Formats: sequence, C-alpha cells, structure tokens
Amino acid sequence: MAALLSVNAVSKRFGGIVALDDVTLTVQEGEIYGLIGPNGAGKTTLFNCMTGLYGVSRGEIMLDGKPIHNRKPHLIVEQGFARTFQNIRLFANMTALENVLVGRHVRTRAGVFGAVLRDADTRAEEAASRERARALLDFVGLANKGRTLAGHLAYGEQRRLEIARALATEPRLLALDEPVAGMNPAERRQMAELFLRLRAQGVTLLLIEHDVKLVMGLCDRVAVLDYGRKIAEGTPGAVRSDPAVIAAYLGTEAAA
Amino acid sequence: MLEFLRRPRTRAQARAAIILLAVLLAVLPFLVEAGLSRSWVRVLDFALLYVILALGLNIVVGYAGLLDLGFVAFYALGAYLYAWLASPHFGLHLPFWAILPLGATLAGVFGVLLGAPTLRLRGDYLAIVTLGFGEIIRIFMNNLNAPVNITNGPQGINLIDPVTIAGISFGKTQQLFGITFSSAHFYYYLFLAFTLVTVFIAYRLQDSRIGRAWAAIREDEVAAAAMGINTRNIKLLAFAMGAVFGGVAGGLFAAFQGFISPESFTLWESILILCMIVLGGMGHIPGVILGAVLLTVLPEALRYLGDWQRAAVGEVVVDPGDLRMLLFGVALVLMMIYRPEGLIPSRQRKREFHAEDGVAAQEQASLYDSRA
Amino acid sequence: MEIFVQQLINGLVLGSIYALVALGYTMVYGILELINFAHGEVTMMGAMVALTVIGLLLGLNPELPGLLVVLAGVLIAVPACMLLAFAIEKVAYRPLRRAPRLAPLITAIGVSIVLQNAAMLIWGRQYISFPQILPQMSFTVLGAHVTSLQIFIVLLCMTMMAGLWWLVQKTRLGRAMRATAQSKEVAMLMGVDIDRVISATFVIGAALAAIAGVLVSAYYGLAHYYMGFMLGLKAFSAAVLGGIGNIAGAMLGGLLLGIIEALGAGYIGDFTGGFLGSHYQDVFAFFVLILVLVFRPSGLLGERVASRA
Repeated sequence: MAALLSVNAVSKRFGGIVALDDVTLTVQEGEIYGLIGPNGAGKTTLFNCMTGLYGVSRGEIMLDGKPIHNRKPHLIVEQGFARTFQNIRLFANMTALENVLVGRHVRTRAGVFGAVLRDADTRAEEAASRERARALLDFVGLANKGRTLAGHLAYGEQRRLEIARALATEPRLLALDEPVAGMNPAERRQMAELFLRLRAQGVTLLLIEHDVKLVMGLCDRVAVLDYGRKIAEGTPGAVRSDPAVIAAYLGTEAAA
Repeated sequence: MLEFLRRPRTRAQARAAIILLAVLLAVLPFLVEAGLSRSWVRVLDFALLYVILALGLNIVVGYAGLLDLGFVAFYALGAYLYAWLASPHFGLHLPFWAILPLGATLAGVFGVLLGAPTLRLRGDYLAIVTLGFGEIIRIFMNNLNAPVNITNGPQGINLIDPVTIAGISFGKTQQLFGITFSSAHFYYYLFLAFTLVTVFIAYRLQDSRIGRAWAAIREDEVAAAAMGINTRNIKLLAFAMGAVFGGVAGGLFAAFQGFISPESFTLWESILILCMIVLGGMGHIPGVILGAVLLTVLPEALRYLGDWQRAAVGEVVVDPGDLRMLLFGVALVLMMIYRPEGLIPSRQRKREFHAEDGVAAQEQASLYDSRA
Repeated sequence: MEIFVQQLINGLVLGSIYALVALGYTMVYGILELINFAHGEVTMMGAMVALTVIGLLLGLNPELPGLLVVLAGVLIAVPACMLLAFAIEKVAYRPLRRAPRLAPLITAIGVSIVLQNAAMLIWGRQYISFPQILPQMSFTVLGAHVTSLQIFIVLLCMTMMAGLWWLVQKTRLGRAMRATAQSKEVAMLMGVDIDRVISATFVIGAALAAIAGVLVSAYYGLAHYYMGFMLGLKAFSAAVLGGIGNIAGAMLGGLLLGIIEALGAGYIGDFTGGFLGSHYQDVFAFFVLILVLVFRPSGLLGERVASRA
C-alpha cells in the first residue's frame, strides 16, 4: 500500500487563533481512515484545508505525491479528491439527478459551442454522464429519486445524494464530514455498508465521525485531533487504549 | 393559448401549435398594422429587441444568479461599434454581417474585462459595481467628443446605415412580391430571426453542462467549487455570454434607429431590462419573453391614458410618458413582495423565493449538526 | 498651490455632505445588510421639500430674513423625510426581511424609481434654483477662495456627525442599534424591539439625508428630481470606502471621496495631457468604489464583507 494523502506539519491560523497546529498524517491507498476528536478540535478545518476551501498557514498537503495545499478547490477535485459537507450543501432547487450531473462537470468537456450545437460528441458525453449519474443514484439507493428536487429529499437521502454527487467526480479519495450525524441506528448500518461497498470499488475513504462505535468498527486506522493537534494515530484498538485519547476525547465525551 | 403550447397532449397537437405560432408570427406585423397602426409595428420590433436583451441578461442574472446592473454597457458598445463602422462619422460603411460578429466579440471581451474584478464580490456589491461600470461607460460616451471626436458626445451619431440584405435596403418602404414592406416590417423579420436564435441558444445553454454549472453556482457557490467547478471561469462565461447578446442587440438597435446617443444607454435601461426578467420570472425563458413583451407594449398602451384624460377633463393632466417609470417602480416593489417568482415562474424559482420545505430541511440538517 | 488648496477646500465641503448621506447607507447596511438604494432619493426629497417651503414663505413675504426662511424649510423637510423613510421601510423592506438577498435590493431599486418619478411629477423636469437669500461672505485662505456657506456646511456636518456618534455610543437607542447590528437574534432575546430599532435607523438616516439635501442644493444653488441618484451613489461609494457598516468609516470615506473627487477633477487634465477634462469628475467615485471593492472589500475601517457565496 502506498500513501495516497499525506499531510505534513500543517498549521492553520485564523488571526490569533491556532485551529491546526503542526498536524501530520498519512492516508494509505484503499483504507478507511477515521478522523475523530471532540467538537472544535479542528477536524472540519483540516478538511477545508485539504480540499482547498482554506489555505494553510504552514506545512504541505500532498495527494499522490503532488502538492494540493493552497490550490483552488476545483483543481483538487480534478486530481481525484472529493468531499461532502457536515451541514449538507446540496443544490436544493435542482433535482437529485442534476445534482449528480454537476459532479460530472469536472470529468466532462462540453463548452458553450457543444451546448448550443449539440454535436455528436456532446450528445455522447451527455448520455454517458446521465447514465453514470443514474448508476450512482442507484448505488447509493436513490434510484427512483432522480427527478425529485434535492431539497425535497428526506434527511438521510440528502446525505446519500451528497455522496453520489461527490462520487460523480470520480474520486480516488473521498472525504466525508460526519456522514451519519443525525441518523438512526438502522440508517447508520446502511451507511456503514455503503462505505464498505465503496472501498470494495477502490475508493479510499477519509471519515470525520463522532460515532465512536462506527469509527472503531469500520476504520483501518484512526487519528485523534484535540485542540488542533494530533494526539494519537493508529489502529482503532491501539487508539482506544491510548491514555492521551482517553483523557482528551473519551474522557470528556464518553464520561459526559 | 400559452397553456396549450406548454402542455401539448399529443405530438400532433404540439405540431399544430407550433405551426399556428409560426403562421401567427409571420403575419403579425401585417395584422398589427391593419388593426392598430404602422407605429405599432415599430413597437413590435422593439419588443423583439428587448426579448433578445432580456434573454441575454437572464443568462447572467437568472442562470448564474449574478445581479448585473450595468448590462446596458454592452448594448451601448454594440450600438457604438455599429455606428462607428457604418456611418459617415468615420466615413466607414462596412456591411451589417461583418460588423455583427465584431460587436458580439467586443462586447464579450468587455464582459470578461468588467466581470473579472467583480467575481469575488457578494451579490449586492456586484450589483453596485456593475452599475458603476455602466455609468463609467456612459460618462465616457458623453465626453469622448474632444479633443478627438470619438463618440460625438451627447449629440450622438447620426445617419447610421440601415441593414442591407440581398440588395434590399431595410431603410425604406418597398414592394416585394406585390406586398408593401415598410422599414419596420423588414426589421421585424430580421429581429424575429435573431430572437428565435437567441431563444434556441438560451434553451440549449440552460439544459447543458454549462447551464448546470451556472445553476450550481447560483445555488451554493462553495459547494459548486468543491464539486470541481471552476467558479471564476464559469461566472466569467456567464458575463461574456450575456454581453454577447447585449452587443448583438446594440448593433441591431443602431441599424434600426439610424441614430444613437448616450441617452439610450442610461442606468434606467439596465433596470428596465432587469424589470422584464423579474416580472416574467427570473431564469425561466417563457417568463422572460412575456416580461419583455409586456414592458415594451404596456408603456405604449399607456399613451392612450393621455387621450382619456383629454376626453375626461379636457387636458392632459399627467403626461403618460412620465407615469411609465413610476408604474415600473411600483410594479417592481409589488412583484417582489407578492409574487417574487414572476408571472410565469420556473418551478425552481418559485421554491427559491418562497422559502419552504427545502430550506426547512436544510435548517433541520444544520440542527442535527449542532447537536451531533 | 492655490489650485490645490482651492480643490482641497471644495473637496472638504462636498466630502462632508457625502459623509452625511453615507451615514444613512452605512447604518442601514450595518443592521439589515441591505443597500438602501432609495436613500439618495430621500436626500433629493429633503431638498425639494425645503425649497418648496422656502418658495412659499418668500412668496408670502420676500422681506423675511433669509436664514430664518431656510431654517423653516429644513424644519419641515427633516420630519417629512423621516416620515418618508419610516414608510418606505415599513411598506417595502419589512415584508422582505426573510427573503433571499436579491429581493430587497430589487425592491429598493423600485422604491428609488418611484420616488424619483413622483418628484418629477410633482416638481417637474426643470432645475429649481435655490434663492440667493443666505448671507454671503468670502475669505481668502492661502490664496484660495472660501465662502461663509462652505464654512457653515463643514461645521454643520461635523456637528451632526458628532451628534450621531454620541447617539450611537451613549444612548439606550444607540446601544440597541449596536446590539442589533451584531446579531438580530441575540438582541431580540435580550429584549430589544428589533422593529423599532430598524425603523429608528431609517428615520435617523433620513434626517441626516434631508439636511444634506438642503445643504447640497444651497451649495450648488440648484435642486433637481434627478440629483439624488448620483449623490446617493457617491455617498454609497464613500460608505464602502470607509468600510460599510462602520459609522466612523462613513465619515472618513465621505471626506476622502470628496477630496479625491475635487483633486481628481482639478488635475485630470494635467495627468492626461488634456485628453480628459473635468467633466469626468463623476467617474472618480466609481473608480474608487471598484478599486476598494477589488483590493480591500472591507474598506478602510471595516470588517470583512467580501464573498460568502
């Protein structure tokens, strides 16, 4: 296994506040990697730095050996790194199918002339996009929801649609920000099963999650952030028994 | 009839509707001339011109969600370019077909130039900055008559060549196939052709990879970027596309009028075009067409208010021309308060303006987030 | 050197008027994040109402002391504009407080059109001249020409701004306004009557605008139904230059813009070798606006306002 994503000594400051402090971690190709930590530990900030929504103050982030820190989000997507959002950010007034088709944007080429003239290439590309988008909706279990407006979908369906939209960009690495937040146990099991199917398809997963049970059961390796610093990294078993983790994370949340 | 056009039950019905519409459009100027007067044919021409302009601005405002209040600048550029290249002002008399692509390109380039610095701005700031650009261009048109006379200042440029196609000058009344065509008739068919092309392009763009990217940016710019859309380029593309339509319409306008001056390109013209879009239904092509036609024809119809006043009290108390803008203002306010989605809304916009289930679901989602 | 001092003085006078109008934009924006496009028109209405009153009084008795007549005009114009702004907010903006961003902006443009055209119907298309009834004295400072009116304008504007500063910083209403600007929800929870605060903001801004309207028409000796448009845009540019939402910023931005404009108009001919002349004065405000928004969208004193999707 090779390192797909490596975060080297990344720091992120907002004014005087240090949100990330010298964070280093590596995600191997083909694994499910969990990122846990108490609220405000900097998990989403790290996601935003990785996916280009924030620049980094120091350090570097490499995807497959190529630097992606301080690059535009769309270039990072193009390199095969897609994400979802903690507070679902779908295009609410577009249909589910259209949402997924937007994800195809980066893998398709048709421009204004193609759009207006609808030449053979454009038609073929559009047909392939639609086919792929339908397949993805099917894959996440929304096969019959293609014509529904994204904003009208149930909460759990919206989470899954966001994953389908991200998958449409053909990512090698998919970052999911609290994908099972607010779901009931049955829905969580379905999602976990979806993640395993994704890995079987060769997608590496990076997961921010609060559900410790889900993370421990699913992830190959886990990193723990606290106050912007990585305090532990390793297999779920090893991290679970790490005293620093128990103090910082399990100590606060599990005891609460 | 519109309902019938929108929801044809069978293929045959759809075909019949299209044929009916085509025949109607083909004979419309003659019907209007016979039923009203020749000056109404000119109103019809202007209605078509505004349909082109409104559909152009609709790409920027309706599709991509960028409120552009300086749209008239591109209209002006197209008009002035035509005037420079086809009038005694510089002694150039290039043919219509040669100038039009130049005007479209020039306007498109300016669309990108004016769009580029504004892309980082949020919606309302964008509106003011584009308005500023529009005003700057107008101030230059007004003043670039000295020391080198480029625009001829407030007097404007006169004696602009009419369009000539196949040796027929559109500038004068002529007999063709035993039918009398006035200048207004010729331009009607020319503008109709351009309008149909514009409508076609607008539909094709909307339902395409680019159109979806615009919609995504309108809905949530950050999410669009995170899904791999180069938001800067796609927004610039919207500006450029809108500007191209503005530039073409400007060229048509200059040829049709034979005279242009900065007066035709004030901020109010931009706002008028925006009103058309808002009134009809932002982002929705049939709505925008309806809005453009209504707002061109209604002010003309308002002229009858003068006659009524004369009949009622013996004199014109309020000049109906002065009432025009006042009523537009009232209409804008009322529309935004009572029917922000426009007269014929697209299904998306209706929901977008009446924040309901979709937003509620989003709020619910963020509720879950803060709890988790 | 004389030209420089002269233009500096002219700029200071214009700038203090811009600042007065800019305050109205900035206060409303600070609380509602709304560009109150109609604010320029409120300024124009102030000038028009005051001139009408002045004309009526002089019609009754041309011998009345000029200062008193103008004061009477102002005393009528200020409450009239306050009432107008109160009505605008209630009718046109309040129903849209929860609507998407573009909706209230479009409404504001609509209100602006309505006011402008209503003024045209009431007062006509022609320029209305401001009667020469104010005492006129002039002085020479460093070779430049200064009139008593100019000094009066600057002093009055400074006094008004100081008064507003006191109101916002020291009074209960001011505290409520600042709280509402921070967070409407929290202010509401703390027992602030948001609707009243918003109304008050509009009304205070309108009072300043009315005075600015009278001053500007006295300064140029003219009023016109169209005058509010350019004045409003420039004042808005001034507010953005200073940092929109920031009261001190509006004052600074107004003064700076006035000076930039005056110096720009004075020297543009020299810079461009005579190619561009002083008719381009109006362009400067827009260039300043665009440059500020592109390079420092937060303005000189403001917080960050640029893109948040």
